Amino acid sequence: MKIAVLLKRVPDLVEDLVVDASGKALDADEVKLTLNEFDDHALEEALLLKESVGASVAAIALEGEDVDKMLFTALAKGADQAIKVTGVAPVERNLQLARVFAKVVEEGGYDLLLTGVQATDDRDGQVGAMVAALLERPFVSVVTSVLPEGEGVKILKEYAGGVMAEFEVSLPSVLGIQAARQAPRYAPVSKVRQVQQDSTLETVDCGAAEGMPGMSVVVMTPPERGEGAQMLDSVEEVIEVLASKGVI
Amino acid sequence: MTQDILVVAEHLKGSFEDTTFELLAVARKVAAQTGGRIVVALIGGEPSMCSELGAAGKVVNVTGEAVVNFNPESHGAALDAVFEAVKPRMTMVGYTSMGMDLASTLAVKKEIPHAAFCVEVDVSGTINAVSQLYGGKMNVTSDLGEGPCIVSMLPGTASPDDGRVSGNPPVEQIEVPETDGKVRFSRLIEAESGDVDITAKEVLVAVGRGIGGKDDIEVAEELAEALDAAVAGSRPLIDAGWLPKSRQVGKSGLKVAPKVYIALGISGAPEHLEGMKSSGTIIAINTDKNAPIFAVAHYGLNEDLFDVCEELTEAINER
Amino acid sequence: MNPEYRVTASRPREKRQAYVEKEDVVIEGIDISGTWNRMYEPREIFDYDTTQMDRLTALEGAESMGWCYQCAQCVPACPVDNAGGDYGPRKVFRRLQLGMDLFDHSDLWLCTTCMNCLRVCPKEVDMIKIMPAARAAAVLDGKVPGELQEMFQKVAEYGNPMGESARKRVRWTKGLDVDIRILPKEKEASPVEVLWFVGDFYAYHQRGIDAAQAMARVFSRLGVDFGILGVDERCDGDSQRLAGEPGLFEELAQHNIEQFAKYDFQKIVVSGPHAYNAIKNEYPALGGTYDVEHYTQFLAARLDEVTAKLKGTFEKKVTFHDPCYLGRHNGEYEAPRQVLAAVPGVEMIEMYRCRQQGYCCGGGGGGMWLDGTAADRQVERLSENRVKEAVEVGAEVLAVCCPYEVSRFEDAVKSTNNEGRLEVLDIIEILDQCMESA
Repeated sequence: MKIAVLLKRVPDLVEDLVVDASGKALDADEVKLTLNEFDDHALEEALLLKESVGASVAAIALEGEDVDKMLFTALAKGADQAIKVTGVAPVERNLQLARVFAKVVEEGGYDLLLTGVQATDDRDGQVGAMVAALLERPFVSVVTSVLPEGEGVKILKEYAGGVMAEFEVSLPSVLGIQAARQAPRYAPVSKVRQVQQDSTLETVDCGAAEGMPGMSVVVMTPPERGEGAQMLDSVEEVIEVLASKGVI
Repeated sequence: MTQDILVVAEHLKGSFEDTTFELLAVARKVAAQTGGRIVVALIGGEPSMCSELGAAGKVVNVTGEAVVNFNPESHGAALDAVFEAVKPRMTMVGYTSMGMDLASTLAVKKEIPHAAFCVEVDVSGTINAVSQLYGGKMNVTSDLGEGPCIVSMLPGTASPDDGRVSGNPPVEQIEVPETDGKVRFSRLIEAESGDVDITAKEVLVAVGRGIGGKDDIEVAEELAEALDAAVAGSRPLIDAGWLPKSRQVGKSGLKVAPKVYIALGISGAPEHLEGMKSSGTIIAINTDKNAPIFAVAHYGLNEDLFDVCEELTEAINER
Repeated sequence: MNPEYRVTASRPREKRQAYVEKEDVVIEGIDISGTWNRMYEPREIFDYDTTQMDRLTALEGAESMGWCYQCAQCVPACPVDNAGGDYGPRKVFRRLQLGMDLFDHSDLWLCTTCMNCLRVCPKEVDMIKIMPAARAAAVLDGKVPGELQEMFQKVAEYGNPMGESARKRVRWTKGLDVDIRILPKEKEASPVEVLWFVGDFYAYHQRGIDAAQAMARVFSRLGVDFGILGVDERCDGDSQRLAGEPGLFEELAQHNIEQFAKYDFQKIVVSGPHAYNAIKNEYPALGGTYDVEHYTQFLAARLDEVTAKLKGTFEKKVTFHDPCYLGRHNGEYEAPRQVLAAVPGVEMIEMYRCRQQGYCCGGGGGGMWLDGTAADRQVERLSENRVKEAVEVGAEVLAVCCPYEVSRFEDAVKSTNNEGRLEVLDIIEILDQCMESA
C-alpha cells in the first residue's frame, strides 16, 4: 500500500495572535508556525499502517519556515519519503493548497492520502476534502482508525456523543484523520539530526494555482468578549460562588 | 441561481440533530434578507420527520437504500442532485462530522466559495460570513460575493428553538443517484457506557491541556471527589489516552449542561465550547487571561490550576 | 584416573555439583576410600544469562556497570532507595543478571544522577555515564515515559520545558524597578561585565520569577554590570542530556553558544547548578569555553560588598540544602554557606546529610518530569524525605540555590503537612529581603 500524508503548518496558538496593520491578516512577524496537530495524527496513523502491513509512507509539504525540519522529523519517525513542494507563490487559501497537493500526488500512484481532519486556519474548508474532490476520489473525514480490509480499508468515523460508524472504503481514497490509534510518536532530536545528515529531501516544483472563486477577507478581529467572565481574585471567592450555587 | 437558502438537515438514528434547527434559525434571517425560500435537503430519514421542518418553504427528500445510513459518497451525490434542482444562493451545512464530509466537496465540484467555522452570516450587501478561527481567538469575515456559496455553521451559535417550527412544508421526493459504491457503510457503533455518565452529574471538573500530564489529573480528581463531581476532559486528553472516551466533552464527545462546570486549564476552543456552553455556571481557571474560555465563562480566575485546585480542595474539605 | 561421576541432589540447590569419588583408594597405607577422596569439579559461577547485561555494557559509557562486585555500599547512599524505591546500582546490576531488560523497565528512569553512589563505589560504577547512555538508546527505540516525552517535545519546540512561548521569556522583567540590559535589544554592541544566564524556571515559573526579580535587584544594588540574552536564551540542556536526548542537548548548547559569541563579556553567572554544570563541563566540547560561576560563588567572591548592603536582619534558623550539581558534581559546598552566614540574624543549622553526603531533591537527571514514574516505585518523593529532615533538625527556613528545588520543596512541604512550619527560599531571596529592609 502506498500512502501519502499531506502536512500543513498553522499558527501556534501558544503565542499571542496579533492582527497586522491591514486589519485582514495575522501579523506575520508575531506568528510562529507549528505542524497542524491533526496532520501529525495522520502521519502517525500512516506509520502504524506501515508497521502492520508494510505500507510505504511519503510525507508531503509546501516549502516554508521550518518545513525542512518538519519533513526530516517525519523521516526520523519512519516515513520512507519526504517531499517538499517548491515554486508556489504564498498560499492564501486552503483551496490553493489543495490544488497544489492534488497536482503533486496525482502522478504518485498513492493508494491512500491521509491528512488531518481540519486545522485552526480552515477559513475556506478542509484540505483533505478538497484534494479528494479535485482528484475525484472517495473521501471520509473524522476518522479514528484505518485498517486494511481486503482490497481497501476499514475505517471508523466519529459522530457526536461517542457514536461511531464503521465503513469500508475502496482505494484509492482520501481520509481526514481526527486521531490516530495512538498518540503521535516522538522523534528524538539525535535521530532527526542523523536523518538530516544522511538524507536529502525530494523537491517538486509546482506552479501557482490558477484562478479560483473569490473569498477575500473583509476584516479580522478578536471576537467581542461581550461581558465575559466576572474575574475573581481568590480561591475564597470561588468557594463563595460554589456555595451560592448550592454545590457545597 | 435562485434566492433560496438550501439547508442540509442532519439526523441520526431517526431524529434530527440540534444543528438542523440551528441552521434553520439562521436561514430564516438570511432568507428574509434575500427574499427567497428556505429549502431543506432531507437526505435519507423518514417522511414523517418533515412535520418538524415547518420553518422550511419546501423539503426535498432524497430516498433510497444508499442513504438509509449516512454515507459521504451517496449523501454527496444526493446533495449534488438537490443543489442542481434548487440552485440556491446559499447552502448551509452544519460544521459537524457529517457536514465536513459534504461541504468542502460540494464547494470544489461547483467551484463556489465556502466559509467554514461560521458563527454569523449576513446578506445585506454581498454575502459576508464570519468564521471563528485559531481556536476561537480570531473572527475573520469573508466576502463570498453574490453567491452561490456554502457556509458551514458551528453548532451552538444559534438557538435551535428559533428553528423548530412544526408544519407541513411541501415535500418533493427524489431518488438518490447511482454511485460507484466505493464507500460502504457497515454498522453503527453505540457509545461505550463508561464508568460514569458525565451528562448526569450536577458538577463537573473538566481538565484541558493545562493539566500537563496524565498523573497530574490527580489534583482534579481530588477536587472532584470533594465536590461529589466527576472529572471530564477535552479532546486532546482523550486522544492522548489520559482519560477514557466516556469523559470527553465537546464536539465529538458528549454535550453536558451541569449546574456547575469548572474548567481547569481549558483554553475554550470552539470544539470544546460546543459541548458545555449551556452549563448553568461556568468557572474557568487559566493562566492565559486571553483564553477564549473567559468570554463564555461566568466566573474566571487567572491563576495556575494546580495551586487553585489544592487550595480549593482543602477549603471544601474543611467545611 | 578414571573418574566415576556421581551427581547428587543432596544439596538443595538448583545447580547440581558434579564431583569425583573413588570407592577404593589407599595411598601410602592410608585408606581414603569413598567420601574421603571426593573432589568437586570446577563449577562455572557465571551461569547467568548475561545477554541483558551485555546489551547494556556494550553501549559507550555504560561499560562500568559490568565492574560491580556487589558490595552494596551504594544502596544506602542512594536517595531513591531511601525513599522506598528499591534501587541503587547494585540492585540494577542484580536485576540485569537475572534477565531484566533495562530499556523497558522503570529502573531506567528512577536515577536522578545525584552521584552519591559513585562517591562510595570502590569499582567506580558510574551511573552518571550509564544512565544517559542507556536512556538515549531507549529513547531512540521509542521507549520513553510519556511525561518525559512531553517535556522533550516542549523543549524542542519552545526552548523551555514549560512549553511557554519563547517570546515571553522576558516577561519576568515587566514591572521591575531595575534597568536590565537585554543584550540582543541593544542597538550598539557594547561590552558587559557579567552575562547572567537566567534559566527556564527563573523566567517562567512563578517562584522562579520571584528569585529572578530578587537577583536583578541585588545585582543592581551591588552595581554589577550585567546583561541577559532575553528571548534568545534557551534551556541549558543538561537535564535533557541526562534524560536520554543528547541530540536535543547539542542543539540547545549550540544555540546558546552562538548567542554567547555575539557579546563581549567577562564571565557568565548562572542562576542554577544545572546550567553551571552544562556550561562548565559540557559546553567546551561543543566549542564554548567560558569563565562561569554560580551566583553564590559570584557573591561569595565579593562578600564584603554584599555584607555592606545587608541592612536588615533575617532572624531565622536556616538550613542549607546542597544541590547535587553544585556540590557533589562540582565540589562547591562553601560559597552558598558563606553567603548565608553573612546575613545578620541567620542561625545556620546543618542537616545530617549535608555537603558530600547531601540528599538529592529528586529533580536532577530528568527527575523533574518523572514524578509519575517515581510514584509507582517509591513510597515518597525524595523532596518529601528531605523536607522531613529539615524539619527534624529544627530549621524554619530551607535555603536553596537551585531553581528546581523551590517548587519541589514547596510541594513537599504541603504534602508532608508542614505548611507554616518550614519556608522554602532561594538564597537570593533572603539577600534581597535583607537589602530591602534598608
